[in-house]
Amino acid sequence: MDKLILRRVDQNSEEMILNFGPQHPSTHGVINFLVQTDGEVIRTAVPDVGYLHRGIEKIGEIVGYPGFMPYTDRVDYVAAMFANEGYAIACERLLKLEVPVRAQYLRAVSCELCRIASHLVSVGTMTMDIGAFTPMLHGIRERETINDLIEELCGARLTYNYHRIGGVAFDMPEGWRDKVLAFLDHFDTFLKEFDRLISFNEVYVKRLANVAVISRDWAIDYGLAGPNLRGSGVDWDIRRDLPYGAYPNFKFEIPVGKGFVGQPGDSFDRYYCKVLEMGESSKIVRQALESMPEGEVIAKVPRKPKPEAGEASGRVESARGEIAYFVVSDGTDKAYRVRARTGSFMAMGICEDASPGLMIADLVALIASLDVVAPEIDR
Amino acid sequence: MTTNEIHERLKAKFGDDVGPLSEPKVDAFAVVKAERIVEICRHLKTTPGLDFDYLEDVTAIDWPKRNVIEVVYIAISLQHRHIIKLKVEADRANPTVPSIVGVWKAANWLEREVYDLFGVTFTGHPDLRRIMLPDDWVGHPLRKDYQEAGGWHGISNERENPLVELKRLDDQRRAEHAATHPPAAAPPPAAAPAPAEPPKA
Repeated sequence: MDKLILRRVDQNSEEMILNFGPQHPSTHGVINFLVQTDGEVIRTAVPDVGYLHRGIEKIGEIVGYPGFMPYTDRVDYVAAMFANEGYAIACERLLKLEVPVRAQYLRAVSCELCRIASHLVSVGTMTMDIGAFTPMLHGIRERETINDLIEELCGARLTYNYHRIGGVAFDMPEGWRDKVLAFLDHFDTFLKEFDRLISFNEVYVKRLANVAVISRDWAIDYGLAGPNLRGSGVDWDIRRDLPYGAYPNFKFEIPVGKGFVGQPGDSFDRYYCKVLEMGESSKIVRQALESMPEGEVIAKVPRKPKPEAGEASGRVESARGEIAYFVVSDGTDKAYRVRARTGSFMAMGICEDASPGLMIADLVALIASLDVVAPEIDR
Repeated sequence: MTTNEIHERLKAKFGDDVGPLSEPKVDAFAVVKAERIVEICRHLKTTPGLDFDYLEDVTAIDWPKRNVIEVVYIAISLQHRHIIKLKVEADRANPTVPSIVGVWKAANWLEREVYDLFGVTFTGHPDLRRIMLPDDWVGHPLRKDYQEAGGWHGISNERENPLVELKRLDDQRRAEHAATHPPAAAPPPAAAPAPAEPPKA
């Protein structure tokens, strides 16, 4: 790999090769960038991934269908709920299961809370990468409350393993609904506070506006997903456009980047879409809690499900864009093939082409605004 | 547009190079000729009414019994919100499929991943090298017949079952206990020789 990039360097020039990572705090995990620079300007930054490759897709072929659920948590540990749901939906489609309505609502509530928690980490660490420390502490503080709430719901704070094939593991505990509503009341004021604290801070805006612009055509062509795609002005959200679960019952906006302070598709748009999405998630959680029907939380599923031979995809809108689980069954009690398509992997694919011409400090802004999580890239 | 309609339009344009739609096993797909995959993808992307502008996934499935590796392409049209899944079959011994990076740039990393984990060569790919595993790794792990080589550069990929270690500690402690508490264990052996003597006498 390093030899490969060295071959491209003109040895007589002032250019140099810089190893950015794999243990760099602003690469958000173990990722290496081989950066070829001319002074402070990047000629190209080649991402080298795979440090966290654990062969999760192969594990999916060895453990049974229900046994793979805890492994999906480890695909993206910052937003584990979505991976749970994507895999559950794919398996339910294979088994032709009907999920109880209450379970669908609980899935929506848990996922949207998880989206808020994940975006708080994302925007918090992004402000820290840019040089502001306090907003991250504010974000982590709010996330702590969500972690406590989710812990009450399912017993885990990070790798939830809450969703099951056919529903969810547990119903809401008593008094939980009021706690969530109380938190959301507080959270809506927090969002305004956060905007005042950092979003439109002059220095912060100058660091992000018009930096690392990804055009609409590029975003689609490179298969970007989630806030990265919407930040470039593409109005696409799986929750609305290929609806699943309880989402058709909720009313919510889809924030799309339109050049809030600079041009569409710059780092600030990708950042601010996430801030706006948190407010929308808060709306969804309220609606779901208010209109939650009574009933079972899990369908009748055999202990060792044996779906007919066939293949199915389960798509969900994760905090990092579309997660698509592609599950192939050959009629036995183990999956023949499990495949996870993740948003971070696609986001890393654009780095090499989006980085030329950036300053080194702006590469940090690009990576932070793409919001990649290393285990989700490598699986 | 439904999958059937998209399939009919492809069939009308490419004839027998597009196979029949699979019987609906949840998600239907069509197997197409490997030589024409680039052409078909470009047609999907550029034809008005189809407008598949977004490549969701390129992956593969290994079928040793049929001796093929299926390369799976899933594309979405953001405008019309419809999805198509196509497959290309490649020989397991030497799987070679034309690259579609020229159509969707997203295929670049996705094809590298399939190359790395399945060993499918994509002809015309601009930068085909391993992505997850080290460059000098041997074998392709997601193939069904993959055998672990037993480590890499002296790093073992095997370890003892932790239960074995626990049992060893248990045995060790039991032995220590026996050594430090001999009186409890001593009387029975002392008594045993006594009855053993009479038969001798």
